[in-house]
Amino acid sequence: MDLQTLTYIVVGATFSLYIGIAIWARAGTTGEFYAAGRGVHPVANGMATAADWMSAASFISMAGLIAFKGYDASLFLMGWTGGYVLLAMLLAPYLRKFGKFTVPEFIGDRYYSKVARMVAVLCLIVASITYVIGQMKGIGVAFSRFLELDYATGLYVGMAIVFFYAVLGGMKGITYTQIAQYCVLIFAYTVPAVFISMNLTGNPLPQLGLFSATADGTPLLVKLDQTIMDLGFAQYTAQKGGTLNMVFYTFSLMIGTAGLPHVIIRFFTVPKVKDARSSAGWALVFIAILYTTAPAVGSMARLNLTNTIQTGPVGEVSANLEYEKRPQWFKNWEKTGLLKYEDKNGDGRIQYYNDKNPEFAKKAESYGWKGNEMTKVDRDIMVLANPEIAKLPNWVIALVAAGGLAAALSTAAGLLLAISTAISHDLMKSMFTPNISEKGELMAARVAMAGAIAVAGYLGLHPPGFAAQTVALAFGLAASSIFPALMMGIFNKRINNTGAVTGMLVGLGSTLLYIFTYKGWFFIPGTNMLPNTTANHLFGIAPEAFGAIGAMLNFASATIVSKLTAPPPEHIQHLVEDIRIPKGAGAATDH
Amino acid sequence: MSTQQDSAGVAYWKANIRLVTICLIIWAVCSYGFGVILRPVLDLIPVGGVGLGFWFAQQGSMIVFLVLVFYYASAMNKLDRQFDVHED
Repeated sequence: MDLQTLTYIVVGATFSLYIGIAIWARAGTTGEFYAAGRGVHPVANGMATAADWMSAASFISMAGLIAFKGYDASLFLMGWTGGYVLLAMLLAPYLRKFGKFTVPEFIGDRYYSKVARMVAVLCLIVASITYVIGQMKGIGVAFSRFLELDYATGLYVGMAIVFFYAVLGGMKGITYTQIAQYCVLIFAYTVPAVFISMNLTGNPLPQLGLFSATADGTPLLVKLDQTIMDLGFAQYTAQKGGTLNMVFYTFSLMIGTAGLPHVIIRFFTVPKVKDARSSAGWALVFIAILYTTAPAVGSMARLNLTNTIQTGPVGEVSANLEYEKRPQWFKNWEKTGLLKYEDKNGDGRIQYYNDKNPEFAKKAESYGWKGNEMTKVDRDIMVLANPEIAKLPNWVIALVAAGGLAAALSTAAGLLLAISTAISHDLMKSMFTPNISEKGELMAARVAMAGAIAVAGYLGLHPPGFAAQTVALAFGLAASSIFPALMMGIFNKRINNTGAVTGMLVGLGSTLLYIFTYKGWFFIPGTNMLPNTTANHLFGIAPEAFGAIGAMLNFASATIVSKLTAPPPEHIQHLVEDIRIPKGAGAATDH
Repeated sequence: MSTQQDSAGVAYWKANIRLVTICLIIWAVCSYGFGVILRPVLDLIPVGGVGLGFWFAQQGSMIVFLVLVFYYASAMNKLDRQFDVHED
């Protein structure tokens, strides 16, 4: 059977599964729509959280990022997992005890302030929308690359599937499809990794293979370092960026992860406070399976790619692959434009090296090389072409397509749910139509979901030029405004409404200012006030790493302003005391 | 809430804060410490051709996070019962 048909069958089978689950898990009440009736087992919720969290970027792009950044990319690995420790110990159990449906609702109640709730809604919507654009693009790209469908058609198919299970089932439908999606995506990610690790190191566990010896006895990472440094690239295992920046960047990703509303609301679905704690652990187990595999995939794919092109000692003519003899996967990915070759010295062979390294460029000239001929090696190739590079059977390649789609769909659905509940529950029910009936609110939630899907689809079709930059924005907002507001709300009884609102605005404002200074106002090219280079950054801290500082400014200003103004009223102090103990969570369940 | 329960609540919260603080110190030392700041020192211990610091940055820190969350969850279950603030 040819790859095309096989891919259609595998993707079609997974989609039928999602639709089947959607029909089975319809939501009948707002409680089911918002929080799956709070009846999700902690292990199941952990799995759903993992799928919710791991996006198209985690599945497709992260290993490629590691492949080209080496050690420095460790900050993504630690940053995107370390947040779950904070979530488990500082937020999830208490927010579950609080027993409401949305993140802005907690902020509004705890700080007895509609302004605080609105600021939270705003942050939530901006963070979630920017995040969802990337997922929609991921869906379109996966379809067009694997099924050779038109990008727009692919996007419509994806939207239709999400519409079906998210509008019908809300959190309940999303939860059970996410569990199925997790199984698809983790299988698709680990199977090629196991084979590649086996080929290179003889160790079937990629986590161990990364630190094992290759066939000639040299450890994998030493070999990789040698191979790429011989071609003028930077050492894989060395630290290239500044230490301070790395620490702040990691910290920003950690608190940003813990503060992302679509992740937090997943913990509202478990029956008990103690389930919220263990569920965060299970989520981390399921996430870590992929995240500990990713560095192995990245380094092994980089080694394979380099060795395919540079087959022997650097400088020997015959050591450079003849273009006519390039493998099939090379040809396939050239068609997509993700790999590009240009025969600069006209010798019919491929020279892949770092021509921006002046020292090596000189040496290369003496070999008769006239510049790097791999003019484009897209990072995403590292995962997408992996099974082909490792010569795995077609069904594995088909599975990778289904896995990429599962990762994008599951995250998109979670984000869309966070957006639609903020609209129906935080805006409509609490602000504009407080007397809305249960049925009316459920309808409003469904309409809001459909609207959010339409907006996300539109943005996916017409991605704003800044789409790639906005991940920094999403994490910056979550880290600098949402996380501190939630944490102080639980751990500091003295923070009052004025303090919290001031803190959120200071965190938000400073982070936006810093990002826009280097990336342009509202990401409009050319409006940046300083060039976005390390030399210009404050203490070498990149805009993506500023969320941590925004959060510190938030904590500081909220504490000072609260000290100078009246303490929160008695009933708020009781509310905080109440959420600190698990007892009585059952009563709060029937909301 | 009676005063007796109040003081139990205070003691429970103190015990919780103590536990969280210990866990977060380990969390920070294993990631920011071993993986980044102290990497040059830890790399003196070779692991797979590189060093222990590199291993912590790309594998070890995540394993420590996992152990921490489950340890915290089980220790809190014990505290909940000890101070009689558990559910059901």
